[in-house]
Amino acid sequence: MKAFPTLIVCEHCDAVYRRPTLAPGEGVRCEICAAPFLRLSRLDVDHWLALTMTSAVIYVIANVCPIIRVSFNGLHNETTLWRSVAALAHGPVTLMAVPATLTVIVVPLLHMLLLGWVLLYARRGRRAPGFRIVMKLLVTLRPWSMIEVALIGILVSIIKLAGFLHVVPGVGLWAMGVLTVLFTLIASPDTRHLWSLTESDVAV
Amino acid sequence: MSMRPRAHELGVIGCHACGLVCEAPGTTTHATQCLLCGAVLHARRPNSLSLAWALLWAAMIFYIPANLLPVMHTDMLGSSSGSTIAAGIVEFWKSGSYGIALVIFTASVAVPCAKFLIIGLLLVTAQRRTPWARRERALLYRLVEQIGYWSMLDVLVVAIVAGLVKFKSLADIEPRLGILFFGGMVILTMLSAMQFDPRLTWDGNET
Ligand SMILES: [Zn+2]
Ligand SMILES: [Zn+2]
Repeated sequence: MKAFPTLIVCEHCDAVYRRPTLAPGEGVRCEICAAPFLRLSRLDVDHWLALTMTSAVIYVIANVCPIIRVSFNGLHNETTLWRSVAALAHGPVTLMAVPATLTVIVVPLLHMLLLGWVLLYARRGRRAPGFRIVMKLLVTLRPWSMIEVALIGILVSIIKLAGFLHVVPGVGLWAMGVLTVLFTLIASPDTRHLWSLTESDVAV
Repeated sequence: MSMRPRAHELGVIGCHACGLVCEAPGTTTHATQCLLCGAVLHARRPNSLSLAWALLWAAMIFYIPANLLPVMHTDMLGSSSGSTIAAGIVEFWKSGSYGIALVIFTASVAVPCAKFLIIGLLLVTAQRRTPWARRERALLYRLVEQIGYWSMLDVLVVAIVAGLVKFKSLADIEPRLGILFFGGMVILTMLSAMQFDPRLTWDGNET
């Protein structure tokens, strides 16, 4: 079996192109289906790694600090992101807690950790242990991260509750806002580019 | 239409995981692995259309109880009531929060229904291998890929609200069965869109 590193195929329509040399921030659209199928990120590996580590720290703040505080007839209550999704597990719809926890908590965390892991090695042009599996996971996990949906969800909840409770946004909410921006930045560059940036120690 | 060659005509496959272009195996039944990343390569995703149809039907069936059953149950100072997705939207609208009512309507009604229609259209046209509106169909596919997960909004709102309003006998909100069907519907539609192989849109007769 042979491989053709000088070619590239649009994954949306199967059109074949000669692989272009792109400058950072540059991308190409498919002439057949108009999908943006190849793009080189403006971020270099060092910045990418730094942003990934920053988002991991913000992620911890967003998960540990309360996102909303409410009071009602002199009683107070507050919730964190984690306790919100866990609340689903206590009702009659226990099953729903699984996808909610996965999409809002587990998948984003896993994404940051795995990305950080491969970037740490990619800085020196190396492939991290488990590179193949991690790269495959990153591609698979991407569509299941729903941090931005959670952020809008919190805002809608605040408005919903403000009708009959006294609602105060917590530190966790601001952290969620920052995390949404950072996560979009680190998750949008095409990870497949890392294959050509790195070389493995052992022959593949 | 441009005469650009397509991968299956040249006997190559582009790896979906790492982008490397590999030689396709001679006989089609034989699965092959990417030389770089080891992902299993298929010229077209196997059973793409039938799996996508099955998941789409399941999603549409889930959407019925998702709308009929209450998504949450409110106990407020002794009076209790269940509310469906539609009731939630109407409540926001009546209280004057038109923006929020629109956001929830978009995420819970407009996006799911648009997704059912678009995926159904993509599947029917791919099955017929028709050259009709290929560029527009490709655009619709990318749209579905990008907006699909926003429907999860209502599930998360119910989770947050139910997690917060726990004031013993004074006020208590609990999630109800409707939200389970709704969440199931969102996941099934996402899986259906992922099963659909967009390359099928471009197979079949030329214009
Ligand atoms: Zn294309
Ligand atoms: Zn590959």
